Amino acid sequence: MDWIALWLSVRLAASTTLVLLAIGIPIAHWLVFSPRRWKVLVEAVVALPLVLPPTVLGFYVLMAIGPFSPVGRAYVRLVGHGLPFTFEGLLIASVLYSLPFAVQPFAAEFASVDRRLIEASWTLGVSRLATFWRVVIPLSVRGLVTGIVLSFAHTLGEFGVVLMVGGNLPGVTRTVSISIYDSVQSLDYAAASRTSLLLLIVSFVILVSTYSLQRTVWIKPRH
Amino acid sequence: MNVARVVSSAALLVALAAGGCSAKRETTARRGHVRVAAAADLNQALVAVIAGFGASHDVDVAVSYGSSGTFYAQLLNQAPFDLFLSADLHYPNELASRGLTLPQSEFTYAVGRLVLWAPAASPLAIDRDGFAALTGTSITHLAIANPEHAPYGRAAVAAMQSAGIYDRLRPKLVFGENVAQTMQFAQSGAADAAIVARSLTSAPTVKGTGREFEIPPASYPRMDQGGVILRWAADPDAARALRGFLLSADGRAILERSGFALPER
Repeated sequence: MDWIALWLSVRLAASTTLVLLAIGIPIAHWLVFSPRRWKVLVEAVVALPLVLPPTVLGFYVLMAIGPFSPVGRAYVRLVGHGLPFTFEGLLIASVLYSLPFAVQPFAAEFASVDRRLIEASWTLGVSRLATFWRVVIPLSVRGLVTGIVLSFAHTLGEFGVVLMVGGNLPGVTRTVSISIYDSVQSLDYAAASRTSLLLLIVSFVILVSTYSLQRTVWIKPRH
Repeated sequence: MNVARVVSSAALLVALAAGGCSAKRETTARRGHVRVAAAADLNQALVAVIAGFGASHDVDVAVSYGSSGTFYAQLLNQAPFDLFLSADLHYPNELASRGLTLPQSEFTYAVGRLVLWAPAASPLAIDRDGFAALTGTSITHLAIANPEHAPYGRAAVAAMQSAGIYDRLRPKLVFGENVAQTMQFAQSGAADAAIVARSLTSAPTVKGTGREFEIPPASYPRMDQGGVILRWAADPDAARALRGFLLSADGRAILERSGFALPER
């Protein structure tokens, strides 16, 4: 069993989820409440990773963070080392890759909050930002949990993007899906099936616990 | 209405069956078809081979490129290919010993060569200094194919060990899934340089975009590349014809131009 790879995947998935929570909520908020017409363009960009093959995304990310791109060069000047084949590089790729899995459930839930509650809050003199935090967010727990779980699970199972930008370094970029792939390639089918089974169980447990939490404790059913 | 439909579909079936029979009878006019599973280092060479083969044979060739290990795993499960061109001899021999190939269909078609390659924009004078270019300056990443399963990766490790620089370079290694992806790591600049197949750097699209150093063949185990025809080949004659072309003088000349060395006849 490749525990190092499993732990790396868990760390990557957790970091990705945190970043997506931080940037996903503002993006979803803007998509739902902004009056701008061109927000459909942003909506489409956010959804692109759903339809693009991971290899395309991975290829573009590799080009974008490599030393031949302005972004890659700026990062080297700033930090002292490049992004390819690092955890940070993988994190950027994963955030892009899982963006729709966070933003779409967030936005759907924000949009379904009763408009009258929001406006009532405004008429009581509560600012727009405070209304968002004290009315919209508490009413959107279901969508937030869904987005968090989907982002985490999706990153855990990420393969093509990691293959393209990772470089397969143990403890840095060799995630659990790459490790399974390597075992299959080395004809070590026993190791591959052990790790696969563990990943299957972990994913299943995550999803079952989320769905049961949603059903019982966390959220009162909406009328 | 229904009767008319039944009659017309029956007529269609009869026509199809007749067509099928007549096609079978005219075997000379029938186009052959070969499905090839090819190692990633053949990515460019096979294009030229197929062009040469197509000029003299009435056979369609459909190629899938990938890593030999992946194809091996797929072929154990009877993947729908007729001809397997591996990057080593181990996988074809293993398939043959499991009885998954046509009897006596194994052959050796090429010998892989290793080069050290860096993009033209790189400051590394690889063509002049060889491996010394990597140890003299501070490079960040050297890309090789994954030595756990890619023949070119294992050869790269052996070559670095022979040169006595493996321990120094080991912390800087990054692993491509196969040799073509390894090449891509260097082409994108993400890795400073890569140890890859000469057959990849000899490709028309790559030539002139970088500098290379031919790693002395004596410094790594010889990389014979073999193939087999699978037992379930749909069109064994077409597969044999392609194998014959790869082993012919014409085929060998194309492979040599594409950066491979040739096995003894």
